[in-house]
Amino acid sequence: MGFTILAEVARNADADVLVAQNVAFGIIAAIMIFSAIRVVTTSNVVHAAAFLVMVLAGAAAQFILLGAEFVAVTQVMVYIGAIVVLFLFGIMLTRAPMQGTEKFTRDNWKVGALTSVVMLAVLVFTLVDGFGEDKLPADLMPTDTRVLSDAIFSTYLVPFEVISVLLLSALIGAIVIARKD
Amino acid sequence: MLSHAWLIPLIPAISFVAILAVGKKLPRGGSEIGIASVAIIFVMSLGVAAGWIGRVNNPPVVHHDTGTEHVVEGDEHGEEAPADEHGEEPAAEDEGHAATAFEDSVSFAAAAPGSASAPAAAEGEEHHETPPVVRDITWFDNGTMQVKVGTMIDGLSTLMLVVVTLISLLVHVFSTDYVAGDRRYTHYFAFLSLFTASMLFYVVSSSTLQMIVGWELVGLCSFALIGHWWEEKPNSDAALKAFLVNRVGDIGLLCGMIVLFFAAGRTFDIIQINELANAGEIRHFLLLVGSLSLMTAVMSKSGQFILHTWLPDAMAGPTPVSALIHAATMVVAGIYMIARLYGVFFNGLSIGTSNINVMAVVGAVTLLFGGLLAFVQNDIKKVLAYSTVSQLGYMVMALGVGAWTAGIFHLFTHALFKACLFLGAGSLAHHIHSFDMKEDMGGLRKVMPKTFWTFMLGTGALVAVPPLAGFWSKDEILAGAQQLGGDGGYPLMLIMGTLGAAVTGAYMTRAIWYVFFGERRGASATHDMHENGPRITVPLMILAAGAVLAGFTNIPKTDNFALSWVPDGWTLRFEHFIEPTGAYFPGGLESFAHPEFNLVLAVVSTAVGLTGVLLAYLWYWKGLGPHGLTDRNRFARGGYKILENKYGLDVLYVDWIAGATKGPIAKAANWTNQNVIDGVVNLVGTSVRKSGEFVYRYIDQGVVDGAVNASGAAADGSGEILRKAQTGKVQTYGAYLFLGAAILAAIFVIAV
Amino acid sequence: MLLNQFLILAAILFCTGVYGVISRRNGVLVLMSIELILNSVNINLVAFSAMNDSISGQVFALFVIAVAAAEVGVGLAIVLAIFRNYRTVDIDEVDLMKG
Repeated sequence: MGFTILAEVARNADADVLVAQNVAFGIIAAIMIFSAIRVVTTSNVVHAAAFLVMVLAGAAAQFILLGAEFVAVTQVMVYIGAIVVLFLFGIMLTRAPMQGTEKFTRDNWKVGALTSVVMLAVLVFTLVDGFGEDKLPADLMPTDTRVLSDAIFSTYLVPFEVISVLLLSALIGAIVIARKD
Repeated sequence: MLSHAWLIPLIPAISFVAILAVGKKLPRGGSEIGIASVAIIFVMSLGVAAGWIGRVNNPPVVHHDTGTEHVVEGDEHGEEAPADEHGEEPAAEDEGHAATAFEDSVSFAAAAPGSASAPAAAEGEEHHETPPVVRDITWFDNGTMQVKVGTMIDGLSTLMLVVVTLISLLVHVFSTDYVAGDRRYTHYFAFLSLFTASMLFYVVSSSTLQMIVGWELVGLCSFALIGHWWEEKPNSDAALKAFLVNRVGDIGLLCGMIVLFFAAGRTFDIIQINELANAGEIRHFLLLVGSLSLMTAVMSKSGQFILHTWLPDAMAGPTPVSALIHAATMVVAGIYMIARLYGVFFNGLSIGTSNINVMAVVGAVTLLFGGLLAFVQNDIKKVLAYSTVSQLGYMVMALGVGAWTAGIFHLFTHALFKACLFLGAGSLAHHIHSFDMKEDMGGLRKVMPKTFWTFMLGTGALVAVPPLAGFWSKDEILAGAQQLGGDGGYPLMLIMGTLGAAVTGAYMTRAIWYVFFGERRGASATHDMHENGPRITVPLMILAAGAVLAGFTNIPKTDNFALSWVPDGWTLRFEHFIEPTGAYFPGGLESFAHPEFNLVLAVVSTAVGLTGVLLAYLWYWKGLGPHGLTDRNRFARGGYKILENKYGLDVLYVDWIAGATKGPIAKAANWTNQNVIDGVVNLVGTSVRKSGEFVYRYIDQGVVDGAVNASGAAADGSGEILRKAQTGKVQTYGAYLFLGAAILAAIFVIAV
Repeated sequence: MLLNQFLILAAILFCTGVYGVISRRNGVLVLMSIELILNSVNINLVAFSAMNDSISGQVFALFVIAVAAAEVGVGLAIVLAIFRNYRTVDIDEVDLMKG
């Protein structure tokens, strides 16, 4: 599967652009799509979490391709370091069956499949229609973290504070919801 | 010391953490940490006071031409180590090299370094300025504005530091005996520390943002302490009530502070806001809106009329807490805010030129109505609580008529004698665990002599018996109401203030009668009553001494024969040291004036106050007067009822406002249903029935019936089908949502 | 590189996530699918950030990560609460609103 996409990408790639980037993108994208589909289809919850790690790591790799190194590092630390661990805790605490003894897919999965296919068709059509052959700048440089932090702490200071308050309230809310009483 | 005032709130804050962490393991349950920390900060506050007195006597040279801009030592601020846990102080190692730079940014532009040692260059001037000591650091800087936090020490904050730490220290000592053996002893002392820390943080703050933080912290701590014995429902209810009523005011606080922030050109700096307001650079309308919003906050925090209802209920907390929170510190937060932002209030409400304004009216109404309420209480702490409401009314009124010094002076004296009274009440109730004067007290004068005498001195000060503390401050307030403002002064406030003096005298005499005289009743008769130990009586004596002596700090300066013999160096010390000077205080404005001592007024108001005492004396001791009036006379009974129901405000809040969302609306809906709709239906029904009977036989049975049955069946069937869509499963709904959205998007993409 | 290759990748992830949200029975798995959706949004944000040479996209991607952390925290708390009350994490069992 990976090879077909790779070949596809290589054929479409502009000769000026570094082929390596496209190859990397293709491989990572293939892994991500495969893993994402496994996340929503596998009948083992722990496997789902593992595949989720693959998707998240792939996204981080894509961020590096796009020059967003700080976001990529944050992605790895927060998502893979914290959120997935949280998921594993959730799985253990709810003692969900590890094996596929239980049904994990609802009866109306067909509606879901239909929905996502329709949505994907609409999205892809619009994207191809709207952005066509738009190219990313060829000389993508990694973003300076200093620039990023300046933006966060000046232009986006208020949203940043709001996010802090949101995290705090989520913290308290999670405790309140989950505690035994 | 003046520029190191940030240590003062920090120490009790550390003490709070320390008590929580290790308090339970210590032999005295953490109280020793609390007492030690408060003792340290009390000494430090005295150091600040000494420093401030020195600064007033030898003010640093001020170059008037450069105005009162801050010198921003940009580099120094940048270099400061990250703020510590409280986000306000630079790390200690920076002290050394930063100190000189701070001295510069501390005082105003071009102030000579080492201001304290500067020669008294301004000696020749009659009116020399003593700039406040401001020390701040940039909290955050988003490019367009800098938000700073820091400490601002001037006479007012120095006074508050001393008062708060003194009362807090005495309350700590008192509490070690009073709550000994309590189930949450450690927790109690931890929160006393935190409370002290928040109040101190509030009074030294240099920006309105900090004031909001301190204000809320104070509210939070009072919530925790009022509900200290939360296992009993009334206590936790009282705590909630205090919290919720204060929330109402906090909205006002936020609105007011935001208005001031924008009005003053995006700054939180208290000095800058005040200066701009005094210089007339802020539109009067904005100042008016700002000060009215802030008044709401003051009304809730300082227990002014219509939002005072939480204050008496807050007596549910332990008595030392009542003394600390509800007499001396928390409730004066509102007064302090008015005093701190006086430039805003003074100009916004046109205090200097009007004959009546919102603040003065609120204060006057509160002092009179609160005093009347105190008259019908049977619980001694509630008497004191309403008395506090009333005295806070005096302070607000004083500030409202422009007598700034008088208001703050009253705050000072009141803190001393009201703390004395509250602790006295605690001492009385320590053995019998009841505050009911009518049921459980009486005749305690013999068994508890120390409590009795200190209580009497506190009462004397409260009733304004000369020459006790309350006399001087109350007299000054009344003189202010008489003389300040536009032509004719504030006559209404003068009358209400004088009447309030009589009411004060009467209710305190009544309380004294019930507690100390007559027969011992109830629990006090069955209990073995004896005087409490030194940890309770010594604080009482210290406070009683304060209640006697505090008034002499501001003896009026006058040519009048009664006081003209007092040497100049003794008069108006309070005004000299406490009242701010400089552009951030309206003292420089033309409309600002100080009241003169007025012998006639002093004699009259004292006479009126003592008349109240005398009437109550005759009523209770001699049994004179129309006893049983409330049983015989309908109007008197009605008045008593109104007072007993506290003007119905609690009913208004709970039953009308809060209950409106459930009870009355439901009832109104029910009434409408029963009377209006049913009436119409019945009317229609009867008229229709007659015609219906006619139609029934011919049309209905045949044609219509079939149609109706068919439609009914159709509705039933379709409902049965649609019901299946209502699965109650979120994901099914989600599927419909997403599918619908996708299809809609597809339609748009194709069609557009 | 084309802009579209990232956008289409994001679209695929998004639709996969939507499918998961709709058709998974286990609450934890539903939350994982939501993470897929949020990630696809992040890819979009960063891609446009690179396209327009603007930092805003990355800033918001960071915000989205923070929001996702909060969302997972609360979401798992809810799943735990459901588990305690129903002894299952099967969301189909939670249908008190059934008509």
